[in-house]
Amino acid sequence: MESGNDYILKVSNLSVRLQNQTILDNINFKVKKGTTLAVLGPNGAGKTVLFKTLLNLLPHEGKVEWEGKVKIGYVPQNIAVSDIPISVKEFLSFRNGSDVASCLDAVKLDGKDVSDKSLGILSGGQLRRVLIAWALIDNPNVLLFDEPTTGVDIGGEEPILVMLNELKKNKKMTILLITHDVHIVNEYSDYLLALNRCVTFFGEAKEIMNPAVQRTLYGETVCVGAPQR
Amino acid sequence: MFTLDTLIFSLSIGVAVGVSAGYLGSLMVLKKMALVGDAMSHVALPGLALGLLFHFPVFLGAFAVLFLSAIAIWHLGRVTKLSFESIMGAAFTLALAIGILMISDKLELLESLFGDITNVTVLDTIAAVVISITAILLTKMIYKKLVLGMISEDLAVSKGISVSKTDLLYLLLISLVVAAGIKIVGSLLVGFLVAVPAASAKNVSSNLLKYSALSSIFGAISASSGVLLSNYLNIQSGPMVVVSGITVFAVTVVLRWKTK
Repeated sequence: MESGNDYILKVSNLSVRLQNQTILDNINFKVKKGTTLAVLGPNGAGKTVLFKTLLNLLPHEGKVEWEGKVKIGYVPQNIAVSDIPISVKEFLSFRNGSDVASCLDAVKLDGKDVSDKSLGILSGGQLRRVLIAWALIDNPNVLLFDEPTTGVDIGGEEPILVMLNELKKNKKMTILLITHDVHIVNEYSDYLLALNRCVTFFGEAKEIMNPAVQRTLYGETVCVGAPQR
Repeated sequence: MFTLDTLIFSLSIGVAVGVSAGYLGSLMVLKKMALVGDAMSHVALPGLALGLLFHFPVFLGAFAVLFLSAIAIWHLGRVTKLSFESIMGAAFTLALAIGILMISDKLELLESLFGDITNVTVLDTIAAVVISITAILLTKMIYKKLVLGMISEDLAVSKGISVSKTDLLYLLLISLVVAAGIKIVGSLLVGFLVAVPAASAKNVSSNLLKYSALSSIFGAISASSGVLLSNYLNIQSGPMVVVSGITVFAVTVVLRWKTK
């Protein structure tokens, strides 16, 4: 039996207008505790705006209701570190009370190897892990992750996704992630919210393999039988 | 050659302003706003002119104009979404033109533009030291917030940091340091102390602590050696500070090139 307490987030009639443009229109969805929701959509669909609204960083209409005890960790898509001489240790110590070694341990990075390295010289995968470590410092029970595999080479994607899955299981974390990758939706998510300024699909993630759903998301021309990575 | 008192006062001002300009400038360079620091120093010129015209300390005039300009530029940036550089570009040329028109005496104009340390007083010295220490301490309090805002504004805002207000406070502190530095290097060259020691430090730094510390040290070396050279060669201090600073910069470029 499902109860209202099963949900950590309820979004109802959410609309966002920025500079006289409607970015999100009447969005409705709910997220169950301990699940992963993938947010999928084309560029400009409003995915990042949705996350910022969930973080209460943007003015909006409608309701965003988080469960009372929620603690959110946020991993943004882009950060500008290439030109800033800042070490991993310094970056993580920006957060009060952070134990750098255990932070890095939590994301399977070798503290001895990376803590004195400049953020700008880390590989894409290492940088993503450092950002996850940053987001985990407060022991959040929700992780908002904007494009987990941005800047990560192909070999580095899978370990990050596996790690996110482990975090979800071990820390009973709820994960919301933005992605363009059907593989991530199918393999690592429980639910799918397809967005194109409005909700075009909301349901179980495995439905992404349903040709009818794919036609909804990508139009008639999509090659349903195309090989997956 | 200066008297011993003048030399001690000038050196003290040089070290104080060099350290503070270097420290605050380390953020200016990271924000890719090095030329904004330079332009801000020109904005001070009408304030210097008012001080000269009405016989009050030029520092006060410079700071008043810089303070008001910083608020106006910050506000214009928020309203128009134009970059600081664009607004500052317009503001500094206007201020330079007004200042030059207001200062009729050529010698006074030269002193204002390139600095003069032949008549520094103990009060000038105390003011520069107190201002520098205050600016450093206040900047230290917001340093992490400013860096986080540069790394990711979203990340900073999600942690409850008001990036815009922190930027304004930083601009005001830069105004303070620029005003204090005008005595030594002049309004045309004080921006140098904000930009070049930090750029030198960036050449040889891999972490923030080393970067900000070296930036301050290079600022102090540039300003104090410039004062000493000015004393020894009996020429204006501003250009000598620039010569010293550029020498440090050149050394760091070679060091960086060698470690690549």
